[in-house]
Amino acid sequence: MAQLPISYSASITLNVNGTDHQIEVDHRWTLLRVLRDVLGLTGAKRGCDRGECGACTVLVDGDPVCSCSMLALQVGGRQVRTVEGLGDANSLNVLQEAFLAEDGGQCGFCTPGFIMSATALLESNTDPTEDEIKAALVGNICRCNAYGRIIESVKAAAKSEAS
Amino acid sequence: MKPFKFEQATTAVQASQTHADAAPNARFISGGTDILGEIKESVLEVNILVSLAGLSGASEIISSDLGLEIGALVTLARIASDQSIVETYPALAQAAESVATPQIRNVGTLGGNLCQRPRCWYYRSPLFDCLKKGGETCFASDEGNKYHAILGAENCHIVHPSDVAVALLALDATVVVSNASGDRQMPIGDFFVSPDVNMLAENVLEPGEFVSKVKIPKPSSGTRSVYLKAKERQAYDFALSSVAVSLEVRDETITQAHVVLGGVAPVPYSVPQVDSELTGQKIREVDVQAIGQLAVKDAQPLSDNSYKVRLTASMVARAVSRLISE
Ligand SMILES: Cc1cc2nc3c(=O)[nH]c(=O)nc-3n(C[C@@H](O)[C@@H](O)[C@H](O)COP(=O)(O)OP(=O)(O)OC[C@H]3O[C@@H](n4cnc5c(N)ncnc54)[C@H](O)[C@@H]3O)c2cc1C
Ligand code: SF4
Repeated sequence: MAQLPISYSASITLNVNGTDHQIEVDHRWTLLRVLRDVLGLTGAKRGCDRGECGACTVLVDGDPVCSCSMLALQVGGRQVRTVEGLGDANSLNVLQEAFLAEDGGQCGFCTPGFIMSATALLESNTDPTEDEIKAALVGNICRCNAYGRIIESVKAAAKSEAS
Repeated sequence: MKPFKFEQATTAVQASQTHADAAPNARFISGGTDILGEIKESVLEVNILVSLAGLSGASEIISSDLGLEIGALVTLARIASDQSIVETYPALAQAAESVATPQIRNVGTLGGNLCQRPRCWYYRSPLFDCLKKGGETCFASDEGNKYHAILGAENCHIVHPSDVAVALLALDATVVVSNASGDRQMPIGDFFVSPDVNMLAENVLEPGEFVSKVKIPKPSSGTRSVYLKAKERQAYDFALSSVAVSLEVRDETITQAHVVLGGVAPVPYSVPQVDSELTGQKIREVDVQAIGQLAVKDAQPLSDNSYKVRLTASMVARAVSRLISE
């Protein structure tokens, strides 16, 4: 009887935050797994692992997606952006600064996901209404219930980008 | 998770053949937002996932005087925001917009939406070997059936989870399916099958066949449509009950009507009695409450879901009332 393979693997080029990475992936690996365990980018979190909580949100070709619910092989050759690409501890970007200033995070677990959803929103709409902010963030859950502060943070970021 | 092979098909023939050769242990994958959940929860084991994402021509929206053609790979986000769909086929744009979250709509496709598997919590748990998984029992028939069917179900009480299908049926869409030897097409109402016809699938696709596009005839100038969805959570959720209505109105009179219910039956559920009752009525004289009651006349609720009967009646009344006052 033919032996079942232990796994299938393939080599892909993943462009993350502007840099190409040549990576050998198991066909089963999700984008989230590759970001965290292969590339060491731990900003995107593994929350529910089923597309419900949004803690794993990253941008693929500019659009927010749940990186837990896509295989790495689906993303080969496309542009991925994670929270690490926005700014670092020494030079935070406007949204990150706003989340700090407005107290938009409590435990912080969901924060990178919220920031990535908000990034996509502000890139397509520089002056969103509160309803537009809520609609853009509906796929991100905050179990500390900091929603009010999160919405204020996004408003503050839009304001400071406009000024 | 058992190893599986991810195969990127580049042509329809290759996709179809790879799938047919490996049936029943092969599945198609488009966005993956539904099937990866089934695999991760160990509800589904596959040897091979045949990706349709590389097929050319399946990512287009073509709007013409004859109507609309939407490729199976078009994402729900695009359907929800496409100007021609928002203006001319509003029920479809509203249904797509009502699905899940921006993250899921950016990846989830039209084809995957129509072919997604049921959300019955017994079906989605590896612990319950129910009828739909080839087992002997329906665990929902006696209890734990708050989200289950009130109409058209005999042995298995699933509700079809797709929002988009409900709107497409109200808009008289046609589904085009392809395999290695060509295409066949059918009215969307004939695409879906109830568990009484086939317990193990929710549609008529044969091994090697996939949805390649959906066509919608252009509505006449007097036609209006709407999709309404009741959810348990306001943020995002599957439908407790939903309704799509398309009405053609001429000289203040309804000349054609199509009312379709979602979240209440194993398939998107047409109610022809309601359509014929509405047709011919002056819009000012329609008794929307009576129309709502008529839509649920045949309902047979289970132990925990009689709320769906009243909810659905009022959803239908609201949808019709919204359209006749447009
Ligand atoms: C958190 C969450 C919330 C959700 N909420 C909703 C909701 O409110 N309403 C709703 O309608 N859906 C909802 N969904 C389901 C969502 O997965 C679908 O709406 C989505 O459109 C599926 O598309 P996909 O391309 O990702 O499908 P995939 O996961 O790629 O495929 C789904 C199924 O269809 C088959 N398939 C895929 N493409 C084709 C094709 N072209 N031809 C034949 N078979 C095909 C696959 O084999 C698989 O069985 C939700 C999902 C999640 C995770
Ligand atoms: S309703 Fe259908 S899917 Fe759910 S437990 Fe019963 S047989 Fe299984």
